[in-house]
Amino acid sequence: MEEHLPDKSPMLLQYNPVHKKIPVLVHKGKPLAESLVIIEYIDEVWKHNPLLPQDPYHRAKARFWAKFADEKCVPAMFRAFSKVGEEQVQAAKELRENLKTLESALEGKQYFGGETIGFLDIAVGWIGCWARMNEEVAGVNMIDAEMIPLLSLWFQKFLELPIIQECLPPQDKLLAHNKEFHKMLMMAAALT
Amino acid sequence: MGEEVKLFRSWSSPFALRIVWALEIKGIEYEAVFEDLSNKSPLLLQYNPVHKKVPILVHNGRPIAESFVILEYIDETWKQVPLLPKDPYERAMARFWAKFCEDKVLTSIWSAFIKQGKEQEEALVAAAENLKFLEKEMKGKKFFGGERIGYVDLVLGWLANLVSIFEEIIGLKIVDEEKFPLLYSWMQDFAEAPIIRDNWPPRDKMIVKFQALLDAAIASSSSSSSSSK
Repeated sequence: MEEHLPDKSPMLLQYNPVHKKIPVLVHKGKPLAESLVIIEYIDEVWKHNPLLPQDPYHRAKARFWAKFADEKCVPAMFRAFSKVGEEQVQAAKELRENLKTLESALEGKQYFGGETIGFLDIAVGWIGCWARMNEEVAGVNMIDAEMIPLLSLWFQKFLELPIIQECLPPQDKLLAHNKEFHKMLMMAAALT
Repeated sequence: MGEEVKLFRSWSSPFALRIVWALEIKGIEYEAVFEDLSNKSPLLLQYNPVHKKVPILVHNGRPIAESFVILEYIDETWKQVPLLPKDPYERAMARFWAKFCEDKVLTSIWSAFIKQGKEQEEALVAAAENLKFLEKEMKGKKFFGGERIGYVDLVLGWLANLVSIFEEIIGLKIVDEEKFPLLYSWMQDFAEAPIIRDNWPPRDKMIVKFQALLDAAIASSSSSSSSSK
């Protein structure tokens, strides 16, 4: 169900009163929020094509890296997009370094999940899409292919998967949206 | 079966304490390795090169870091006395509330403690908003886990000990018994529960430690306030 975020529906506010955000999954009338929480729920309820590995140690590694990406890569990426000057330079540097650390989690595999995509690929795949599009908009290097050749390759392969392609938002619309958003952020930055 | 379980912790880390509780509640034998965080051991750096922090659980030589990740690993590996509920929806709700406690409650209460002036006022308001959600969640339950302590209780457990320490140091109420009677009552029940009560770090040492952190924060903020916003 599509939400228009500046104008949240009463249903969204009812289903996610704590954060008032998407995504919200509603299954048999019961709502769930927070994307990684939702992914684990989906994996536990629909047991075919498991997303997380079976072994507890490998599950722990997948969760560890998903948390790392969310806490160390994503905020740096947003700062590299929304800040200017020295703050932007530092944020982009931090992002590139943390992506390098994330790359080590691939351990020479094709995908984080091994031969096929799994929990971690799904948790972090969007970062590649977002960064690729927005490094142009913000005029800063986010994905340094020389620094992270394996992760770069993984981003590409992930985004080319038919099932991922099917789910991506229309790229031209997304680019226009991000350009608008960036303009707004730059105007706000100029005022402070 | 030669199970080797080691927990790298410090005397005061509330995050490592979650793991101490989990291991002891499940009756798992383990060796505690106390780290001096101002002088980290080579082993700590080897086992957690990404964050260089405690807690780290090392099970049969394999290290796991990040307290939430460790709690889930423990629950999946040692199935007695489960921490998470069985039902997938209830499990998801437990994970949701744990994340809320960490991202919103902990952050706002820490800010209320460490900040001054307007920033502190705003943090106290935010903390109260967040605590309201927890108060609502507590309705009809003794613990967040229900009749017995569970995953969310362990994640939020620091509140039952640290809040009174913070309140004593800054001279302000953070969890008002009148405004949050259920949460306040949970804090008492949790703090005095078997195993939990045996593992709190010494209060006087904690007061010294957190007073020093606050003093340092005040000192650094006043030295940089010559270029105020």
